[in-house]
Amino acid sequence: MPRTIRLSLRLAALALGAVIVQVAAVSQVQLFGTNADLSPLVVASVGLLCGSVPGAIFGFGTGLFLDLALVQTVGLSSLVLLGVGYGAGRLRELRDPEGPLVPILVGAAATAAATVGYSLMQFLLGVDAPVSLLLVRQILATTLLNAIIAAPLYALVRRMLVPLLPEDPRRRRRRAYTTGGLSPLSRA
Amino acid sequence: MYDKTVRRRRAVLGLLVASSLILLTAYFGESGGGLHAVQRGVLDVVSPIQEGASRALKPFRDLAGWTGDTLDAKKEVKGLRAERDALRSTAVAGTAARRENAQLKRMLGIDEAAGLNRAGPVAARVIGQDPSLWYGQVTINKGTNDGIQVDQPVVTGEGLVGRVSFAAGSTAIVRLITDHTTRVSARVNATGITGVVRVEAGRPTDLVLDFTRRDDDVRRGQVIVTAGTRSRADRLESLYPPNVPIGTVTRVDQPATDDQQVHLRPFADLRRMEFVQVLTKAPNHNRPLP
Repeated sequence: MPRTIRLSLRLAALALGAVIVQVAAVSQVQLFGTNADLSPLVVASVGLLCGSVPGAIFGFGTGLFLDLALVQTVGLSSLVLLGVGYGAGRLRELRDPEGPLVPILVGAAATAAATVGYSLMQFLLGVDAPVSLLLVRQILATTLLNAIIAAPLYALVRRMLVPLLPEDPRRRRRRAYTTGGLSPLSRA
Repeated sequence: MYDKTVRRRRAVLGLLVASSLILLTAYFGESGGGLHAVQRGVLDVVSPIQEGASRALKPFRDLAGWTGDTLDAKKEVKGLRAERDALRSTAVAGTAARRENAQLKRMLGIDEAAGLNRAGPVAARVIGQDPSLWYGQVTINKGTNDGIQVDQPVVTGEGLVGRVSFAAGSTAIVRLITDHTTRVSARVNATGITGVVRVEAGRPTDLVLDFTRRDDDVRRGQVIVTAGTRSRADRLESLYPPNVPIGTVTRVDQPATDDQQVHLRPFADLRRMEFVQVLTKAPNHNRPLP
């Protein structure tokens, strides 16, 4: 089976698994007065590993499945999560950041963007109730909680996807450096 | 080559954004049409998987719940001790009142059993929870095959949970009382003062009893229950049966003014529900027993 198809199937399984685990377990566990939200973390991880276009498509698909499975307004989560996936992918394409803190920072930013984006969309679609400032606290708590679990989740997603990616950019860079391919010394 | 890649990327992004907006527009434009049918189908397919995952992941949930409980327990002990003392004295008074009440009811020949067993309760397991911060809904493993219909009230042993907002064959979605679209006609149990319970978005443990009058004296600790149908017209029937506990008053903002707001904490722990009951019948059109 071609690598692209295998990667697509694995991404589909990842989206399905993430949504099921989120809905059946993670949403029902409260820490710091809130619960973790796996969707933006998984989408951001895919964006960071695969790039902006796959990240956006994965975000759209995950959001669509979430909206269908939870009988929510169809298109709402898709729109928010495709932005998250695209953003994470563009970050990888433009900066290709390295370091152990990257998944944590990207995960926190993705969560903040997703929760704020979702809330803004709710406002745009009409909220009949007054909104408490505690919503901001909830968003911050979710962002913090997601930041804590972002690194292990990124490692899990990376482990699932890296064997099927055409080339791991970090491995390529290190190898290139040791062989002198991109070494500043070789250019001198 | 670079331009082609950029054009392709922008085209895909534009296509996806446009698709999302079209889906949003179509979803709002239809009432029970194609997209709703697709949702029903997806729900029917996903709910058995969700139920299996919910059972399989229960130990994980319990472990995490236990950790959270332990952290919270210390804070709660002090308040609970004070509440226990207050409840003990209330219970003593309540027992006497109940005995008197039973005697009076027997004397009047009124059926004492006004419980919810007349409302055709159907027990269901909670198999999914809304991950968003808006605390809107849960998924249960019973649907139209079990007699569940849209707008039926849902309760737990602790109190009111919400109402059914969507029902498929073997599963249904319950919109919680903490959803920003939910309104419940309610009254203060002790005094009969009426109002409408709603949520303040972002504060899922804090409901608000609105539309009380400035001279309504509501106090901390009083219990709020559903009011049931108050109109004589059947078309104005309440969705909820009377006297189902909703929550207890925690504070009153701007008391004795037109803007008086009564805050209450719901009895039902909406984040930790394992089982709920859907009330499939509305005896006496949800009016209090005569």
